[in-house]
Amino acid sequence: MNAPAYNFAYLDEQSKRMIRRAILKAIAVPGYQVPFASREMPMPYGWGTGGVQVTAAILGPHDSLKVIDQGSDDTTNAVSIRKFFAKTAGVQTTTSTLKATVIQTRHRIPETPLREGQVLVFQVPIPEPLRFLEPRETETRRMHALADYGLMHVKLYEDIAQHGRIATTYAYPVKVEERYVMDPSPTPKFDNPKMHDCPALQLFGAGREKRIYAIPPYSNVVSLDFEDHPFERYRHDGKCALCGAVDSFLDELIMDDHGRRMFMCSDTEYCETRRALGNGAQGFSKATEAAPA
Amino acid sequence: MTTALALAFVDPGLSAQSSFRSIMDAMARPGTVVSLSEQVAPPHPLSRGGAAVALTLFDQDTPVWLDTALAAASDVAFWLRFHTGAPIVTDPRQAAFAILSDPERAPPFEAFALGTLEYPDRSATLILQVDSLERGLSLSVTGPGVKDRSTLRAMPLPPDLPQRLVTNRALFPRGVDLLLVANTAVAALPRSITLIEES
Amino acid sequence: MYVAVKGGERAIENAHRLLAHERRGDRNVPEVSLRQISEQLTLAVDRVMTEGSIYDRELAALAIKQARGDLIEAIFLLRAFRATLPRFGSTEPVDTGEMQIRRRISATFKDLPGGQVLGPTFDYTHRLLETWADEPDEPASGQAQSEPTPRVTDLLGVDDLIEPSPQSGPETPAGDLTREPLAFPAARDVRLQNLARGDEGFLLALGYSTQRGYGRTHPFAGEIRLGEVELEFFAEEADFALPLGRITVTECQMVNQFQGSGTTAPHFTRGYGLVFGHCERKAMSMALVDRALRAHELDEEIKAPAQDEEFVMSHSDNVQATGFVEHLKLPHYVDFQAELGLLRRLRAEFEPEQTDDAATQEAAE
Repeated sequence: MNAPAYNFAYLDEQSKRMIRRAILKAIAVPGYQVPFASREMPMPYGWGTGGVQVTAAILGPHDSLKVIDQGSDDTTNAVSIRKFFAKTAGVQTTTSTLKATVIQTRHRIPETPLREGQVLVFQVPIPEPLRFLEPRETETRRMHALADYGLMHVKLYEDIAQHGRIATTYAYPVKVEERYVMDPSPTPKFDNPKMHDCPALQLFGAGREKRIYAIPPYSNVVSLDFEDHPFERYRHDGKCALCGAVDSFLDELIMDDHGRRMFMCSDTEYCETRRALGNGAQGFSKATEAAPA
Repeated sequence: MTTALALAFVDPGLSAQSSFRSIMDAMARPGTVVSLSEQVAPPHPLSRGGAAVALTLFDQDTPVWLDTALAAASDVAFWLRFHTGAPIVTDPRQAAFAILSDPERAPPFEAFALGTLEYPDRSATLILQVDSLERGLSLSVTGPGVKDRSTLRAMPLPPDLPQRLVTNRALFPRGVDLLLVANTAVAALPRSITLIEES
Repeated sequence: MYVAVKGGERAIENAHRLLAHERRGDRNVPEVSLRQISEQLTLAVDRVMTEGSIYDRELAALAIKQARGDLIEAIFLLRAFRATLPRFGSTEPVDTGEMQIRRRISATFKDLPGGQVLGPTFDYTHRLLETWADEPDEPASGQAQSEPTPRVTDLLGVDDLIEPSPQSGPETPAGDLTREPLAFPAARDVRLQNLARGDEGFLLALGYSTQRGYGRTHPFAGEIRLGEVELEFFAEEADFALPLGRITVTECQMVNQFQGSGTTAPHFTRGYGLVFGHCERKAMSMALVDRALRAHELDEEIKAPAQDEEFVMSHSDNVQATGFVEHLKLPHYVDFQAELGLLRRLRAEFEPEQTDDAATQEAAE
């Protein structure tokens, strides 16, 4: 039997080269989804294989890797992916947003502002922002070719007609450098403004759908909206019960069946750092009506 | 036979990773000069920098076009085929990469694959071997990856490069991407940049 | 470097220990060996090799054991291993006409050169549960067939009654969707690769749907053959084809309703299926779906799922499908919180409106 023996960061060199070439193309055409021959990874499709392939293709022995899922370093999937790279690449791992050189994320952008030289790698399930409006790849590809995004505006406007506001709360579409409409991955729209003019390089990997795309540093990234219905960020109107933050994206925890709830930072490292700096607990608060921040 | 071969990457995996990060960094920050630390000694007129890029990005899936001077040196094609497996093509439109050892006499960029509107990624990356990334024509550019403006100097370059960059930008999202490679440094001018000044 | 984390890491480790425990089952029962799986669960091994895209019985048996008999999980294990293997090149095209036949049946001719060979099949068994008290009898052995066994499609081809099989040469190497990302429209070589790797259940249902009128193709099972074929690899250095060994394959050639036009005489069309090992149901389903997917090429109206290339090829892969369906288990609470916030706002806006409406109603009355 062929004894399984694996390469640095798991992927063989040929696969890495193929992914690296796709990354360069993605950077050269910001927001355009570059097709790549995604490999089967030793974790299921839909569980971050795109992000993992991108990370494996860029990661080197001098990197310090942070992995988050839902903003947290210790959710099981984040732990599992971090362990995978610690094992296959022997790479240094960290929970510090500041110290990390490569951050792989699912569903959040850290609260701590990113800096030049860092790479943020997003795990993307459905990279095509138009997919739920038009299931055919041949059609959506033509729309991107012609920059024909009327369908997306119609969808957003139908939301307004039905609900009085744009009813998209995550995976909120953006336009990159005034050309490509792009899916920011299922991050809450609270995180959209962080993508704009960001000093770090943002790379997006969709393994099952076999696409890689990118936002170079300091790129222009605009959330789609209308003059009379401008884009607005959203966070629960509350304070973090642990660190008192009023500017972070909050998770709501249900305490009992009498409506007692508690808010805490979704970005656990941000929260811990604030607490280490002496910001204290605020106790429980009854859920208030949500309002834009 | 192996004695005829010049040195390639000593540790192919780690050297390719290190070179790739330099190239990626250069591509993500157009106009910025990034050092290429991995050293190889390829046959003339393939430069050390050009060879490092080739070892990092080429393989059997990337047809490569060589300019007249490189094509005339048979050991260059042999070195590239042996170390990367890349097929050498004579039709520039078929090339995923082109190496230009004599950028002053670069063929028109339109001779290479420019991609299509549906697949702008099906385009060529041109590797221009330059003597210097400190002296020569000064190009100020802006665009994604550039904070305000970025100024790059390089020589030698195609004399009409400013006009070529303007034409290339007008094709966006189609177009070619340029890697300017000196012996130990690399800079990039992807198709997304806009030329704002030359001198 | 070890990084302390809260809970997650311990939970994963404990879950994996439990899994290993469950996999072993009752320790008083002898552990199943890879050889037992390979010899006695042959068809499971064949399916895992086919959809896992590696011909290696022992690795497939290991995957089945490790996956506790979950074949999609086993296919996934093989695929993930396959992705790390270096590629040396492609073999020469296999000639199934030269197959050492173990089973060969045609539904289109009562008898034909080489004869009908029933071989090892469930067909005509009565599906009664049995307990085997004794070892089965040794099969009768005979002289290996030396008579050539031409494919039914070759026989029909002599009179041009069926469309010719497309020929390819070294100048048109077969596509490989594990190396080139899939693009639509896809050529038939890539479609066939996608179907060969595709989920048996998915293809079975699609093939069945064509028989019930969702993209009808009027198929006849021209021939199904099972046996061993030689593999050869053309080595450029040696300048001749090196034999690599023999593999077992099942091939199905469907003969479908004819086509013709003003310029071509009417002829039968083909649907093709080829799989590793003995996966007859899969080969037949594959042939039905292959033919249905040729609708565009044959100027047929595309109106059924099985004819829709994007639909079929994008959803045939069970490793992709299982991953994405099961990823819903992962935490999604960030997005859920965002949705919850919106829902609360919409409800807050809705309730005053309702009250206003009621008030207006009362006033009117």
